Amino acid sequence: MKNRTRLPQVYLGFLLALMYVPILLVIVYSFNESKISSVWSGFSLKWYRELFRDSAMFEALGNTLVLGAASSLCAGVVGTLGAYGMTKVKFRTKGAVEYISTLPIMIPEIILGMVFLAFFSLLGLPFGMTTLIIAHTAFCIPYVYMLVKARLVGMDKSLEEAAADLGASPVRVFFDITLPLLLPAIVSGMLLAFAMSVDDVIISVFVTGVNTNTLPLKIYTQMKTGVTPKINALCTLMFAATLLLCGLAAFLGRTPKKRDSKKELS
Amino acid sequence: MKHMGKKKKWFKGQVLTVLPLYLFTLLFVLGPMIYMVVLSFLTRAETWGILPELTLKNYQDIGEPIYLKTFWESIKLAVVSTLLIVAIGYPFGYFMAKLTGKWKKRVTMLLMIPFWTSSLIRLYGWIIIFRAGGVLDKLLNALHVTEEPLKLLYTYPAVVVGMVYALLPFMIFAVYSSAEKLDFSLVEAARDLGASPWKAFLTVTLKLTLPGLLSGVVLTFVPSMGLFFIADILGGNKVILVGNLIQDQLMKAHNWPFAASLSVILLALTSVMIYLYRKISGVKELEGLV
Repeated sequence: MKNRTRLPQVYLGFLLALMYVPILLVIVYSFNESKISSVWSGFSLKWYRELFRDSAMFEALGNTLVLGAASSLCAGVVGTLGAYGMTKVKFRTKGAVEYISTLPIMIPEIILGMVFLAFFSLLGLPFGMTTLIIAHTAFCIPYVYMLVKARLVGMDKSLEEAAADLGASPVRVFFDITLPLLLPAIVSGMLLAFAMSVDDVIISVFVTGVNTNTLPLKIYTQMKTGVTPKINALCTLMFAATLLLCGLAAFLGRTPKKRDSKKELS
Repeated sequence: MKHMGKKKKWFKGQVLTVLPLYLFTLLFVLGPMIYMVVLSFLTRAETWGILPELTLKNYQDIGEPIYLKTFWESIKLAVVSTLLIVAIGYPFGYFMAKLTGKWKKRVTMLLMIPFWTSSLIRLYGWIIIFRAGGVLDKLLNALHVTEEPLKLLYTYPAVVVGMVYALLPFMIFAVYSSAEKLDFSLVEAARDLGASPWKAFLTVTLKLTLPGLLSGVVLTFVPSMGLFFIADILGGNKVILVGNLIQDQLMKAHNWPFAASLSVILLALTSVMIYLYRKISGVKELEGLV
């Protein structure tokens, strides 16, 4: 049955365009000379200049990147090993632990924030980068875990078996066979985790310390109090970074798909 | 014997691989959750901190009209947003699944970009649109629809738009992952056998994409009650959600036990929804979650 109307395409196109309107407006107004965003008074790069002069902004950027890298790395290790190990061990608590470990992305973020705030102060942990990394790792693990698990399900077990039969130790099998096969899933899981960490406001609000600011936290407080087009400039740069990250993810996601289709052909 | 020994060592190695996940999950996910439940039954100290005296007061407090109203308003907003998201997102996900390979990839990419863009950036865009004398007012003025500024910023509709915009991708991806598995020849078969388009849709398409649709509902309904910063930024102080209430109790009133009891109720609501989802769809994991 062929589509007789072009309605679906029009619908998809219209909605996609609509999704970009707010983002494009932020970008356009970042080049606005005027301080009031409802008035256009000519092209200017002055907000970018001001942004680059703001050292607190750079500190927040540094914090954001460190936090994203650390938590996605921790999640990468814990999530990958966990997903791999879970297919091998036969503990009775397996199902329950798996369920609990994915809770952080299923329950509303505010609950996670509240829970960590209370728990960290119970433990007496000083609020700051450490608490941020623990909290972010908690919601990063599920992304890596689920993607790696899905990849493990679709993986050809005979390769691992063949390597083991040929005398490779379990550790060697893992590093030489399993890990390279899992790599695309691990990388896309970690990228997703990184993106979520860099974007997070809700959980960070609760677990950050007085002196540790991240970019989203800074933007959030400025949006509540009063914004200057400096925020537009910052948002524009962040959007450019997102574009790069998406491009990277698409590029990395390309290889496994080709492999899969080859397997289907043979 | 030697073989046995090797087996044992192997097993130890396997235990080591799951150990970090077990430890982290028990210490930093289950532990805090249990503490939250305990906290919700403790007494708030006069000025600051918590007294180790068991009480039900925190739950009784939720029954007060002002807090009940907040819950009711949150649920209402969540229902309105979710209905809109279903109405907009379901066709989108479905049409997307019907595209040919090349276009499917392109549309997925175009969808991923805003999805991965910081939600604050996207919210900020709406401020520019909604503020008095903003883009929307200018547009409507130019089209001679209205003369007066609409003053949409800091209103209920603005918050609904923000919620729909922030959560729509979750629904689209959930429906899409379900619809992609759908064998479209089944729909054709139903049509060939004389079913009306409407009936074919209800009995075949909708039934087979139900896990995705329900997963999308869970993924949008539940978070929409907690996204306090959307209510904050687009609603001013006019729209107060359960999320805002929890944040206020934690950061301003410093009544942690009460915040904990509110969170427990919200968690219970979430669990019920996930349970219902599993029961109805028969699928264990949420469709299109990652």
